[in-house]
Amino acid sequence: MATETHGAEEGGLVFHPMDQFIVEPFFGGTDVAWYTVTNATVWSFLAVLATFLLLVLGSSKRSVIPSRMQSVAELAYGFVYKMVEDICGKEGVKYFPYIMTLFMFIVCANFLGLLPASFTPTAHFAVTVVLAMAVFLTVTILGFVKNGAAFLGLFWVASAPLALRPVLAVIELISYFVRPVSHSIRLAGNVMAGHAVIKVFAGFAALTVVSPFAILGITAMYGLEVLVSFIQAYVFTILTCVYLKDALHPSH
Amino acid sequence: MATNTQSDGLADAVGVDMAEHASTPGMPQLDFSHWGNQIFWLVLALIAIYLILSRVALPRIGAVLAERSGTITNDLAAAEDLKAKAVEAEAAYNKALVDARAEAQNIVERAKAEIKADLDVAIAKADAEISAKAVESEKAIAEIRTSAMENVKIVAKDTAKEIVAALGGKADAKTINAAIDARLKG
Amino acid sequence: MEGELAHIGAGLAAIGSGAAAIGVGNVAGNFLAGALRNPSAAASQTATLFIGIAFAEALGIFAFLVALLLMFAV
Repeated sequence: MATETHGAEEGGLVFHPMDQFIVEPFFGGTDVAWYTVTNATVWSFLAVLATFLLLVLGSSKRSVIPSRMQSVAELAYGFVYKMVEDICGKEGVKYFPYIMTLFMFIVCANFLGLLPASFTPTAHFAVTVVLAMAVFLTVTILGFVKNGAAFLGLFWVASAPLALRPVLAVIELISYFVRPVSHSIRLAGNVMAGHAVIKVFAGFAALTVVSPFAILGITAMYGLEVLVSFIQAYVFTILTCVYLKDALHPSH
Repeated sequence: MATNTQSDGLADAVGVDMAEHASTPGMPQLDFSHWGNQIFWLVLALIAIYLILSRVALPRIGAVLAERSGTITNDLAAAEDLKAKAVEAEAAYNKALVDARAEAQNIVERAKAEIKADLDVAIAKADAEISAKAVESEKAIAEIRTSAMENVKIVAKDTAKEIVAALGGKADAKTINAAIDARLKG
Repeated sequence: MEGELAHIGAGLAAIGSGAAAIGVGNVAGNFLAGALRNPSAAASQTATLFIGIAFAEALGIFAFLVALLLMFAV
């Protein structure tokens, strides 16, 4: 993506591993205003489209014996539903649509980002920080609304010896506020790292001698990336569930 | 953010041509001028997905899954019923089989008893007939024997008379008869 | 000069990725050891496994991020 910004390259090794993440207007032009349709916009909405195709068109027949698309849709539904129910309990089921939204967006964006010449919205901190902050703020506000001041019991580890509790409270508080940071950077970092490594391997392919190894490396990394795309979506979702559980049942 | 000099330094260090790259920052992710745009469209995309999911997709899939689990439960219950019925039918069949066998046994016994009774009657009758016949025959034999004895007596008397007469004696019939009777008795 | 130092720093930060690999390997290996001893309990703990892997890997990703920042953004 976006190699044209470099103009004509001379021979030799050329690495631009981060260029695939450049945000630029999709319909020409150079400046990006807040409303400009960029490649990030397009691929985000392709993820929306993919979600729509999978979950709405896939289940449009409502057959008791599912078709292939419908069983994939049901698999996704059951996967996230079970996760929410197992971790958050019955009260968490109310928030299932929100969590499903996060999961479907991340998983579709990740997999669409694996297409050659595509753009990966989830490799951008702008995207993952918004997702993680949304989770963080929702969980914090929900925790206080549901439990009142008792939500602060999350930081006061009642099972620890009394002398240790203030220390633990500080640690818990810090770890609580680091949550959105790690939550967002984990997703963006994993996706970005995989894509950048593929680009670096692709850069090595310019040397004829090592190009077979480069292609082998790209293939292997691509396989790993397919795995990572799913696992990171899964991890993001499951951590959301875990944080939500803390808000619903703050006692340790 | 990357500046021109540092980008050049990077380019020197890794032998990469970054001259044209100098205008853009090294990490597009940290180009905060795009964040507003990205966040705006991301929020729109998320709202779109949320509406799609909560209005259409999730209720529908949930309904389909519930319907399926209902169907499966019903089918399982029906299968359970059918199985119970099959067990019942088997029990009834077995019972009928046992009954039929007992009935057959009874019939055989009865038939055997009847036949035996008939047979006994017939045998008894035959025995009686046989013994009656034997008695008759014995009687007949006895008669024949007595008549034969009589005949022997008569023949003997006649013969004795003749012999006596031939010998020149004058046979007294009475004496001869008495002698012969005595001899025959002795 | 500053740029070269930044690159050396980036390389050093990348060591953190290796450390994260050790951590992830530990988590997965111990999970496997436990799962082989008690396979019936393994399925219920895969979520915990992934959470553990995610936490261990997050720190490696932080190191990677520091390396990237040193490479491109300092």
